[in-house]
Amino acid sequence: MAQDQANEPERVFNMYKKMLLIRAFEEAAGENFHAGNVRGSVHQYIGEEAIAVGICANLRKEDLLTSYHRGHGHSIAKGADPRAMMLELFGRVGGTSGGKGGSMHIADFSVGMLGANGVIADGCTISVGAAQAIKLLKQDKIVVNFIGDGGINRGPFMEALNWAKIYNLPVLFVCENNQIAATTTTKTVTAGEGIAARAESYGIPAITIDGNDLLLVDNTSARIIDEIRSGSGPQLIQAMTYRLRGHFAHDKALYRIPGEAEAALEFEPVRRTESWLITQGISEEELANARDEAEQTISQYVVDAHAAPWPDIADAFTDVQDVGAPQVGVNS
Amino acid sequence: MTEMTYAQAARLGLKEELERDPTVWALGEDLGFEGGMAGQYKDLQAEYGADRIVDTPISEATIMGAAIGAALAGTRPIAELRFSDFAMCAVDELVNQAAKARYMFGGQARVPMVARMPIGIRGGIAAQHSQSPEAWYAHVPGLVVVTPATPSDNRGLLKAAIRCDDPVVYMEHKGLWGSVGEVNENDVEPLTLGKARIVKEGSDLTIVTWAGMVSVVEKAAITLSEEGVSTEVIDLRTLWPWDREAVFSSVIKTGRMMVVHEAVQVGGFGGEISSEVTEHLFDNLKGPVKRMGGARIPIPFSIPLEESYMISQEQVIAKARSFF
Repeated sequence: MAQDQANEPERVFNMYKKMLLIRAFEEAAGENFHAGNVRGSVHQYIGEEAIAVGICANLRKEDLLTSYHRGHGHSIAKGADPRAMMLELFGRVGGTSGGKGGSMHIADFSVGMLGANGVIADGCTISVGAAQAIKLLKQDKIVVNFIGDGGINRGPFMEALNWAKIYNLPVLFVCENNQIAATTTTKTVTAGEGIAARAESYGIPAITIDGNDLLLVDNTSARIIDEIRSGSGPQLIQAMTYRLRGHFAHDKALYRIPGEAEAALEFEPVRRTESWLITQGISEEELANARDEAEQTISQYVVDAHAAPWPDIADAFTDVQDVGAPQVGVNS
Repeated sequence: MTEMTYAQAARLGLKEELERDPTVWALGEDLGFEGGMAGQYKDLQAEYGADRIVDTPISEATIMGAAIGAALAGTRPIAELRFSDFAMCAVDELVNQAAKARYMFGGQARVPMVARMPIGIRGGIAAQHSQSPEAWYAHVPGLVVVTPATPSDNRGLLKAAIRCDDPVVYMEHKGLWGSVGEVNENDVEPLTLGKARIVKEGSDLTIVTWAGMVSVVEKAAITLSEEGVSTEVIDLRTLWPWDREAVFSSVIKTGRMMVVHEAVQVGGFGGEISSEVTEHLFDNLKGPVKRMGGARIPIPFSIPLEESYMISQEQVIAKARSFF
């Protein structure tokens, strides 16, 4: 843990509980994927929770956030309702998108979460545009764009960095560097010194931190977000982390060096936060209770998701467009 | 009535919307000093500021993507892509994000933006600056596709596109920038998207067309009518939605239809209209529906080669005569 942090144990404990909620959600999502209850693709955020929670603890409800395919953690951290998210994963009525989006299109606009995204780095360009709207509307908000390390080799990321800088936009880019893009080790396909160097080449301040250190993420983002609110223009945080699971739930991650994932457990954020909380006088029992509470909460959402109705077929034809809208059952 | 060019009329429509709604803004390359490729943004930056008429880097993906983000965040951006050919650098953003955000987020989002991407041959700008890919976007659920053919329509349809809550692909024809027509400046209301314009009435043959081919077909229809083939010309104005009612009622009246468009005929939107008419009005037809589109070749540069691609008034007349 960071040596210079001054976090209140109560604040950290609350962040810890948020991390537990994300982890329980992701474990349940994976289990229900394997059980056949959740279809398509589920990209779990297990092992990376401290980044979303530490960053979002410093955001306001009205601040905006864009994410990528691994977006459950960002959504929960920003304040989206995990029950509605679980219903969405099950494709049911009451889901965040009414069952029309699923895991990769989780969104909750009521808390400024503008969507996970199935296309790598597309959130970057959406973010800078949202920030331009904020300036035009003279609003006091910022935009946070989460991106993975695989995304930094796409053009839209580099275009968006340039764009954010030339218009001095209130955007925080957060690269969650879990060091592997799907199954390919990122550094084998990335020239130069990597993401922070790329941002700096555009004149964007960039910092690399241990993303599994919740207190460090919290403190660093508190300072940087404050600067962005004060008009610093865009900044970038590269948060180093490790994906404890495969790229998606059905990926057994056989490309890992044997023993690598086991070794990484020592540095994973939930345990590290627990160790710190114990030094602050939080008891093992309190931690166990918090874990139980998160797991029970999510278990209930799974029960709710099983019980929720399937969407009506007619729902497939709504919210396409107003002008030239489709009619149910008409293909032309 | 005031005479003005297609480009001037578009500028007037945009200026009226900028004046009316402070959340309307435009972003693209060379909008300030140049005022857009045809002056369709001329002097608007001086009047409305660099935050509302935004000069951007050559970053098409972000011109489109930023417009989407700005639309999601409560404004009405116009993304100027200059050429539909260049807009292909931003098809992902338009198709995967703009067209689907509302749907895949279960109705939480609206993307009220205009993706402005001129189409068509202007003369000598060859294979990468002359294409007409309007059918691509008509194929994509979530998008509205507009193809104005006259100065008056380019004002009224642009205003409608800006006010539309759906993402609109707005395809002006580059060959029409300098064309002149009457515009009623006192009529400030937008047109209705999805309503075709009957350019000329007739009773023997219906010709459905849009964009740059409208004036060519109109002239051909005058000649045909003088020869005794009373020809009705329909300017679709919007490809999605396309005005089935106008087309169907015309075909029921005439019993003959052809579709004329500059875009490549194979896979062109004329095929969709032909197929719908054939499927639903077969008993009303006195002959097969006919299509005229471009050859399936890139647009060539040299004058005779480029002319060979284009559909002439004489070719339209000859094809129309083949019905009788």
